[in-house]
Amino acid sequence: MKAIEVRNLGKEFKGGVKAVDGIDLDVNEGEIFGLLGPNGAGKTTTIRMLATMTRPTHGQAMVCGIDVTENPDSVRRCIGIVFQDPALDDQLTGRENLDFHARMYGMPKKEREERIKEVLGLVELSDRADDLIEKYSGGMKRRLEIARGLMHRPKVLFLDEPTIGLDTQTRRVIWEHIIKLNSAYRITIILTTHYMEEADFLCGRVAIIDRGRILALDTPVNLKESMGGDVISLKVDNARRMAAVAKKMKGVKHYKVHDSTVSLTAKDGGSRIPEIIKAAEKAHIEITSVDLHKPTLEDVFIHFTGKTIREQEPGAGDRFRERARAMHRR
Amino acid sequence: MGTSLNAIYIIWLREMKKYVRNKSRLVGNLAMPFFFLAFLGMGFNSLGISGLPAGMSYLDFLAPGIVAMGLLFSSMFAGVSILWDRQFGFLKEIMVAPVGRTSIVIGRIFAGMTSGVIQAFFILGISLLMGVRITSLPGLLASVAFIMLIAMSFVGLGISIASRIQDMHGFQLIMNFLVMPTFLLSGALFPLDRLPAWLAGLSYIDPLTYGVDGLRALITGTSHLPVLLDLGILGGFCLAMILLATYLFKKTEV
Repeated sequence: MKAIEVRNLGKEFKGGVKAVDGIDLDVNEGEIFGLLGPNGAGKTTTIRMLATMTRPTHGQAMVCGIDVTENPDSVRRCIGIVFQDPALDDQLTGRENLDFHARMYGMPKKEREERIKEVLGLVELSDRADDLIEKYSGGMKRRLEIARGLMHRPKVLFLDEPTIGLDTQTRRVIWEHIIKLNSAYRITIILTTHYMEEADFLCGRVAIIDRGRILALDTPVNLKESMGGDVISLKVDNARRMAAVAKKMKGVKHYKVHDSTVSLTAKDGGSRIPEIIKAAEKAHIEITSVDLHKPTLEDVFIHFTGKTIREQEPGAGDRFRERARAMHRR
Repeated sequence: MGTSLNAIYIIWLREMKKYVRNKSRLVGNLAMPFFFLAFLGMGFNSLGISGLPAGMSYLDFLAPGIVAMGLLFSSMFAGVSILWDRQFGFLKEIMVAPVGRTSIVIGRIFAGMTSGVIQAFFILGISLLMGVRITSLPGLLASVAFIMLIAMSFVGLGISIASRIQDMHGFQLIMNFLVMPTFLLSGALFPLDRLPAWLAGLSYIDPLTYGVDGLRALITGTSHLPVLLDLGILGGFCLAMILLATYLFKKTEV
C-alpha cells in the first residue's frame, strides 16, 4: 500500500487564486519525500490538505489508504504533523505539552508515561522536560514538536519547513533526528522545504513545486543527472550572444541566461572549457570568470522554473514574517 | 462519549494548570473588585445613597454586584483567550487532534466556570472581611448556581467573539464597547427602580442584570425581581451562549 496517493489534487481560494493546481503524486511507505519550492509555491497548502486541515476544492487524496475528505478523523489518527510556526503552549512544560497531546489522542496513563519518556529520549530533551517552554531555545522547541508529532506512533509524519529560522548547527541536529526516526520506526516522512541542501540531504525523492504545480519528481541524484553533465557558468559582457554561440556547440545543453551569467551543461565539462573560451573569443565576447561544478538541486530548480529560488523569495512582508518567526523561535 | 468526556477534561486541565500557575492573573482578577469594594463601596457607604432597601448599607448592596463584575471580566477574558492560542499557534495543535470541536468549547467553558467560582468566593471573602452581612448560608450556597451561570455565559460569549475576530486588535474594542456597558447597566452599582425609562430599558436587555439581581437576592436577601425569573432568564442566555460558541467555533479554520 502507498502511504500517500494524490490524484489531480487542487485548492482554489476565493477570488480564483489556485494555490495548488492539480497535482499527482505517490509516496511509498518508509520514504522521506520532499516538496521543494519557493514560498508561496503551494507546499504548505498541499500539506494542509493531506493533514485534513483544509478541504481540497478538487481531486482526491488518500493518506494511509484513507480518503482525506471522506474520513478526516481516521486520517488524523494515522498522521503526525509539525507545523511551520511553533505550536506549543509556552506556559506549560515540555512534559505537559506532550502529556496534553497524548491525552488528546486518548492514550491510557501507563502508555502515556512510557511514550513521553521514549520520545524525550529520542530528541535528547529528557533533562529539560520539566522546564517551561518559554525557557526553550528555537532548536529545542522544534525537537519537542517533532517528538510530539511521534507520540501517537503515526504512520506518516508531515514536517512543514522543519528547519526554517534555525541556525546551521541546529539544522544539522534536526536533520539527524529526522533520519533517525525514519530508519528506527520506518515512518513515512513528507517534508516541505525551500532549502536545496535540506532536500538533497534528507529526501529519497523530491518534487519540485512552483505556482501550485509539480514540475519534476525524482530522486535528487536522477534530477541532477537529468541536467546532462556538469554545469559551466560563464560571466560575460554579452550574455545573449554567448548563449547563441553556445547553442551551436555540440553536446552543450540547457543554457540559461541570468543577468550577465550564462549557464551551460556538458558531459565532462572541464574538457569543454577551452573550446568554449575559443568560441567566445572568436565572437569577441569577453569572459570575466568561469565556474565549473557538478549539478546541484539549485541548478535543477533553475532549469525547471527559469529562476533561482532566491529570486522568487519573499517580498518585504514575507521577509518580515520570517524574521518575526526567527525571533519567536529563539 | 468516553473520548468526548476525556477531551473536555484535558482542555479543562490545561486551563486550570495555567490558571493556578499564573499568579499575576489571579491577583489581577481580585485587584479591581477589591478596589471597587474598598474605595467606591466604602466611599458611598459613608455618604449613604437613597433608594436602597431599608436598613441596607451601600456596601451590602454593592458586594454581589462586584462578584458579578469580577465574573464578567474574568470570564470574557477566559473566552477571548482562544485568540492567544491562535496567535501562538497552539490552536492548530488542538484542531488537528482527533477530538470533536464541541468538546473543546465545553472544556474551556467548564474551566472558566471553575476559576469563576474560585474567584467569586475570594471576592465574597474579602467582602465579609469588610463587614458585608450575608443573610443566609443556604442562600450563599444557592448563589453558586448563579455564579456558574454568569461565568459560563460570558466564557461562551468570549469564545463566540474570538471565533469571529482574527487577531487581538479587536480585543480592546470589545472591552470598551461590550464589557463596560454590560457592567455599568447591570445594576451592580446602583438600584434600578428609580432610573429613567431609557436607562432602565437598557438595563433589562443586559443579561448580567439578572445575574446581579439573583446574587443579591441569595447573598444579601433583597432583590428587584423574583429569583426564579432571574434564574430562568440567565439560564436561557447561558444556554444560548454555549450553543452560539459551539456553532461559531466549529466554523473557524486555523
